[in-house]
Amino acid sequence: MNELLEEVSLVERPEKNKPLGILFWVCVGWVALNVFGAIFANVLPLQNPLFENFSAVNAGPGLHHLFGTDDLGRDIFSRVVYGSRVSIAVGVGAMLIGFGIGAPLGMLAAYRRGRFDMVLTTVMYILLAFPAIIATIAVLSFWAPRGLAKIILVIGLASVPLVYRVIRTATMSIATKDYIIAAKVQGATDRRILVKELLPNVTPIGVSFLLIGVATVITLEGALAFLGLSVNPPTPSWGNMINEARTVMAQNPWLVIFPSLALCLFLLCLNFIGDRLRSHFDVTEVKL
Amino acid sequence: MLRYVIRRLVMLLGIVFVISVGSFYLIHLLPGDPAVVILGTGATPQNKLILYKQLGLNRPIYEQYFTWIGNVLHGNMGTSFISQTSVASTIRAALPIDVELIVLSQILAFAAAIPLAMRSSRRPDGPLDRILGATSFTLLSVPSFIIIVLLVLFISIKLGIPHTGPSSYVTLSSDWIANLESLALPAFTLAIGSFVVYYRVLRSDLIATLQEEFITMARSKGISQRRIMWRHAFRPSSVALLGSAGVNIGGLLAGGFVVQYLLAIPGLGFTLINAINMSDYLLVQGIVLVVSVGVVLINFIFDFIINIVDPRISRE
Repeated sequence: MNELLEEVSLVERPEKNKPLGILFWVCVGWVALNVFGAIFANVLPLQNPLFENFSAVNAGPGLHHLFGTDDLGRDIFSRVVYGSRVSIAVGVGAMLIGFGIGAPLGMLAAYRRGRFDMVLTTVMYILLAFPAIIATIAVLSFWAPRGLAKIILVIGLASVPLVYRVIRTATMSIATKDYIIAAKVQGATDRRILVKELLPNVTPIGVSFLLIGVATVITLEGALAFLGLSVNPPTPSWGNMINEARTVMAQNPWLVIFPSLALCLFLLCLNFIGDRLRSHFDVTEVKL
Repeated sequence: MLRYVIRRLVMLLGIVFVISVGSFYLIHLLPGDPAVVILGTGATPQNKLILYKQLGLNRPIYEQYFTWIGNVLHGNMGTSFISQTSVASTIRAALPIDVELIVLSQILAFAAAIPLAMRSSRRPDGPLDRILGATSFTLLSVPSFIIIVLLVLFISIKLGIPHTGPSSYVTLSSDWIANLESLALPAFTLAIGSFVVYYRVLRSDLIATLQEEFITMARSKGISQRRIMWRHAFRPSSVALLGSAGVNIGGLLAGGFVVQYLLAIPGLGFTLINAINMSDYLLVQGIVLVVSVGVVLINFIFDFIINIVDPRISRE
């Protein structure tokens, strides 16, 4: 969550009309490839990620096992692909919940202002003061039994205040623009202004924060996996794999390196796309 | 200024109150008999009776809260039913380790970020600025748990440097050199995350400040480059830096648990995870309360420092 806060405070120089660049599209391609792999993992010609082949234990990367095998003889490549399912599901799911609740509230508060805005903003700022990580761990640790849906729900709810703040500030900078006032003068309904005028202008800002948010949540899921609070093994997730590999990493470093690389590359691409979109749509007016 | 501080203090008290209610109410958010959750593996009928009496679980909830908060304010957070030690003394033993770790990491992060940001802001888009920009952006995407795992793999396992591996924590009072060695990897890991943020924030603010007229004025007076940086440009550029430092240090207190857990450094984070694994509810509740209040206090202190650096903020 902190990463999201820090990202917001960075004041970048405006880069008007700069093309998105080839690196941007490479990143989009990589993210798309990962999502494709996650969705179609059981259709693709992959080895069973849970199959323990004891005749090929701790094998290095090779033709038969692209990334090698782990200490139980399971294929690392296939586990990395299947592992992306949990990470992507948690990241996207939690952010959909966070934006689903936080974004409409933030837009409405910024548009309506008045008492509604004051009360809601005060509540959200108090919630923001409560460290989200600690709250998430505390709730997940005592809410048995654990499962993917609960993890998504808890992280998603924890992210609502942050999303609310970002979207409210973004909407406020747009709501004072002349074309909004013009629409009001013409007698457009509140609903029309919110959906037809404000939403299209808030969306680019929202999307860039959504991507950075997904990256932050995936990092959080990895940290939770280290504490044994993510999905239960043997289901692979990137965090689970790195965590399990720690005990045998002196013998088989590939076991740590491949899932770490997969995770870092995915996060890097998400952050890069988010950052580029943000400077492309020139969100410099959004100061928090 | 005074009015601003008082207003912030009232807000602080309000937030601390909400946090205390939240930590207290945690138990009632969970399904099932609170006594069973609190006692965890030690849920014998006798213990249940003791607990019901101790917490007054039969009384109305607001009465329970006032009994609890009264005890907490007297430094009594209860006695763990699992380890039979007082929660307050466990926290008192662990907290200094977190403080040491955070102080070490922040010294490293600021010592690297400030000079480098000054260097690269002198020539935006120059070679140094580009390299540092790409490096810091990449590091932004590497989670701390991956950095620490790779550091352990290469430094403590492959190079075999003593006191750096897991479970090799040495206390400060017994041997301070070994203590620093055992905290070197976690402090470095946390420092990387902080460095990236501080460098990026300070760099962009410095670039903006250096275009101001008073800097041109100082240049035309023939003041040296170094003096302009430190005496003229640094202070007006450090507001966002201090703001992100406050958020970041709070984040380290709340989020440093992974690094501690992996190296078995007995700070609050490690203690929290162990308490969770043992279902030691009272200890979890105590740590959640202490860490949350700590984060809020750190933010408050940094708000105060920002006001000293830029008094205009409190006049708004």
